[in-house]
Amino acid sequence: MGAIYILWLRELKRYARSRVQIVVSLGQPILYLVAFGAGFSPVFKQAGLGSYIQFIAPGIIGMTVLFSSVFNGIAMLWDRQFGFLKETLVAPVLRLQIMIGRTLGGATVSMIQGTLVFIISVLFGFRPHSLMAVPAAFLFIFLVAMVFSALGTAIGSVIKDMQGFQLVMNFLVMPIYFLSGALYPLKNLGKVMTTITRIDPLTYGVDGLRGTLISNFQLSPQLDIAVLTTVMCCFLALGAYLFSKIEV
Amino acid sequence: MIEVENLVRTFGDFTAVKDISFSVPQGEIFAFLGPNGAGKSTTIKMLTTLLRPTSGTIRLNGLDPNKHQKEARQSFGIVFQDPSLDQEQTAYENMDLHGVLYSVPRKVRAQRIETLLKTFELWDRKDGMVKTFSGGMKRRLEIARGFLHTPKILFLDEPTLGLDPQSRNQLWTHVKALNETEQTTVFLTTHYMDEADRVAHRIAVMDHGSIVAQGTSAELKAQTNTDSLEAAFLALTGNSLRDESADSKQGLRQMAQMFGKR
Repeated sequence: MGAIYILWLRELKRYARSRVQIVVSLGQPILYLVAFGAGFSPVFKQAGLGSYIQFIAPGIIGMTVLFSSVFNGIAMLWDRQFGFLKETLVAPVLRLQIMIGRTLGGATVSMIQGTLVFIISVLFGFRPHSLMAVPAAFLFIFLVAMVFSALGTAIGSVIKDMQGFQLVMNFLVMPIYFLSGALYPLKNLGKVMTTITRIDPLTYGVDGLRGTLISNFQLSPQLDIAVLTTVMCCFLALGAYLFSKIEV
Repeated sequence: MIEVENLVRTFGDFTAVKDISFSVPQGEIFAFLGPNGAGKSTTIKMLTTLLRPTSGTIRLNGLDPNKHQKEARQSFGIVFQDPSLDQEQTAYENMDLHGVLYSVPRKVRAQRIETLLKTFELWDRKDGMVKTFSGGMKRRLEIARGFLHTPKILFLDEPTLGLDPQSRNQLWTHVKALNETEQTTVFLTTHYMDEADRVAHRIAVMDHGSIVAQGTSAELKAQTNTDSLEAAFLALTGNSLRDESADSKQGLRQMAQMFGKR
């Protein structure tokens, strides 16, 4: 147990000490809020769907958590050879403990990031419909963080070099984000898009966030929680398995 | 302390380690020399539970590392060729983390950390971030860390690669001191023949997966009728170049050298 705690704590320390990294990683969400939020606002309003900033903010929070979680897991690639991961793999500690410590730590860090973006979006004019919504929204932030942290660990255990990293970022993470309804409503999409968005786990996370924060569930809270929890368990199992297979 | 019998490791139809046997008694400093691609890293990986042997037996402190992984790992320490420190933590934190992973009780941990950091002359930098350390300091910290849980065996894979002569000298002084006081068996690989000559009690030379010679430095020189270990080594392994194909590890290593400090 001590091992899990100290590895979890390590992820937090790393995050807290990287001030530049924190600021930089908030840049992209702010850009989306400003460019898309302000840019598409008139169009969205004209379509009768209300304020685009209200609509997009939960999606951007979801995006932050997604990127932060997956990135953290994939950063294991570097750690495997040059860092610290080798030290943990050779220690008399179960691989499962190491994997859990890292995944929980990464999920915690991305939850903190998501919260920071939430605060920033409030500064940009986002208003959740009630204060009670915020703790409920946290449940979804937690689920999304866990799902994608586990996925990140799974991927990080498998890719061997920087090209693998780029492939994953461009062909997995970006599509997950753009095909999740974070930026556009899920209703009235064509058949193909509807199917695709329903396969994407982030769709359920963003829907949950949007639902709790602005009362706009396009799917349903029960479905969202069920899907996210199931996917989380699958990815955790996958991550644990692949992590146990790492050869240094 | 280390007993290896008829160890074999194949990768598909390539045999990296061809039936090697050797034994290292407690308290000895044993050097494993060999050209690139000889099978040294593969051997060390098998000894440290990172790879399973295809066949053969290994006994570390009487234990089979594959059957008793946890106990075996508890009984040895390893310093890798590539750095494995956490750059974003302090020297003290790195030591402490190692202590927790190796279940060293808190009080003992604090004492050991202090003793080792002082021995390796890092105590006044204990709260410094590792990323601010020079290459020599990082190496010393890793070796200090390797000793933290009082291992019976310490594996050192090319420990002084890239260090200046002062750092190398100092490092071996500390390792030898701990070898004498704590009777830690030291198993090292290196390309620096002069170091192996000065530091090691016995040496094994590996080439193309087999051990071609074993013994003290004097014995090897006598065997090959040469007067330096380097000449003996070349006599045993030949003068031809060993080109290896680059793998992803070397690509990453190059990136690390470009973007980080060693």
